[in-house]
Amino acid sequence: MSEQQKPILILKDFNKTFGKGCAHCDGKPENRRQGYCPKCRTVYACQDISLSLYQGEIVGIVGESGSGKSTLMQALYFDSEATSGEYFLEAYHSGEENLFLSSSQQQKWVRNMLLGMVYQNPMMGLKMNFSAQSNIAEKMIAAGNRQVHSMVERGDTLLEQVHIPLIRRKDSPSHFSGGMQQRVQIAKALANEPPILLLDEVTTGLDLSVQADVLELIQKIQRERKNSILLVSHDLSVVRMLADRTIVMLNGRIIEEGLTDQVLEDPQHPYTQQLVYSLL
Amino acid sequence: MHERHFAFLDESSKKEIRRAVLKAVAIPGYQVPFASRELPIARGWGTGGLQITLSLVGKDDIIKVIDQGSDESVNAVSLRNLIQETTDVASTIHTTEATLIQTRHRVPEQPLKEGQILILQVPLPEPLRNVEPSEYKTKKLHAEADYSGAWLKLFEDIMCYGQAATGADHPVFVNDRYVMAPTPIPRFDNPKLDHNPALMLFGAGREKKIYAVPPYTKVVSLAFDDYPFQRERFVGKKCRLTGLENVYLDELIDEATGEVYYQTNDSSYLLEFLNRDEGAGTV
Ligand SMILES: [Zn+2]
Repeated sequence: MSEQQKPILILKDFNKTFGKGCAHCDGKPENRRQGYCPKCRTVYACQDISLSLYQGEIVGIVGESGSGKSTLMQALYFDSEATSGEYFLEAYHSGEENLFLSSSQQQKWVRNMLLGMVYQNPMMGLKMNFSAQSNIAEKMIAAGNRQVHSMVERGDTLLEQVHIPLIRRKDSPSHFSGGMQQRVQIAKALANEPPILLLDEVTTGLDLSVQADVLELIQKIQRERKNSILLVSHDLSVVRMLADRTIVMLNGRIIEEGLTDQVLEDPQHPYTQQLVYSLL
Repeated sequence: MHERHFAFLDESSKKEIRRAVLKAVAIPGYQVPFASRELPIARGWGTGGLQITLSLVGKDDIIKVIDQGSDESVNAVSLRNLIQETTDVASTIHTTEATLIQTRHRVPEQPLKEGQILILQVPLPEPLRNVEPSEYKTKKLHAEADYSGAWLKLFEDIMCYGQAATGADHPVFVNDRYVMAPTPIPRFDNPKLDHNPALMLFGAGREKKIYAVPPYTKVVSLAFDDYPFQRERFVGKKCRLTGLENVYLDELIDEATGEVYYQTNDSSYLLEFLNRDEGAGTV
């Protein structure tokens, strides 16, 4: 990607706190301990996060649980409200409207048309007792499609692309293996061909061989469609395999970022060094 | 012992329920919360409809109570008795004579007319409940007119059964704004809600909700473009007693012969038809 190009996603000074804050911690990051105020117990889950994503780029966000990376993803997909910050998508009003301030209907439109999400826990992303076809159709219905045949056709195509046998298209994800459930989530995320995919720990908890299959699938889909992807994982090897750029988060803050190779070869922050050495 | 009030409920309770009814009429299809009262019948046995009836009934009203099409079922009789014991109003089985009709699971076959009020008992008022368990969220979805969930349920039915499988309670779109549960009336009755000259009120006692379809309101049954809405069809079947075909039929089994036969479900309509025939025969 060229540096002159405009990012398709920009996040500026994003903050997410759980709790009201107090005189001790409000505006005084030095008094917080690992993103937590010992006085009023406010959790500063994400602090001053700024990042951008370019067309066709995969950015990996790595960090341990509690680092704020999943909170970040939930805010980007409007699952939870941002405490403060600005969020722009080039495909929405030419990136001139802060989506955190948009109406709930507008946020839903963005969610349905411009974003695709895959959660670590398939129960978050799927209706476990509805057929695989219906789960995929949900996004198309939300986008206003009222033609059963066209949705079924599209669902079939997507199921094939994520390697789920069509004979199982009417089965519900509750009858699927973990790897298959993630593939249904991926098919659903792609239903309206969004330019951006958000992947939150998509292979965590799967068997190693299944993990490899799912990661390969993501790679293949991204090469064919040139989606931009934000990928969150606690597993540096996942990020190493997929991401062009890597962001490292610790206690709600970005502590290091750069081209993935660079971060891996020459980690600067002690925490990143520890991550990289454990990978060797 | 309860103090004796006209129509059982005290005046302030009735006033409050009427206020909820007025709000419901003003916002067709919108579920208005109300403080459901205790009645001397078990909840879930029509207390929502009964509270509306008791709040609206006046001395000159003529009531009709039906349960699944029948004026004489145990339920219909006990509800009618309760209303009459506390009001002394007249009752009828004839749809055309009634001013207030309380019903469960059916809209009468006899077309309603201006000035009549049909009161339906509602077990489950929320059409989005089977896709969204949280009341807070369904309220938000209605506010935003986000009905993807209702459409998704229809889509899933088509996936699983090849057609809309809502035997009853097929969701309707009211006044181009709210999706509403028409209560478990058969799909056969859904078209009767559209531009009906009568006022239709829906009361859910356990769920504490009242909603309304005012006279001549547009009511459309949800359906995908390529899967049009269909009523239950009784092709080649007719009522054994009347020969009627364009009515909702019950499927029954002749205990003597084991043979399946069909009979008009709306008992008063059936009776009226038979009497009309008799009358014609004696002339
Ligand atoms: Zn504090």
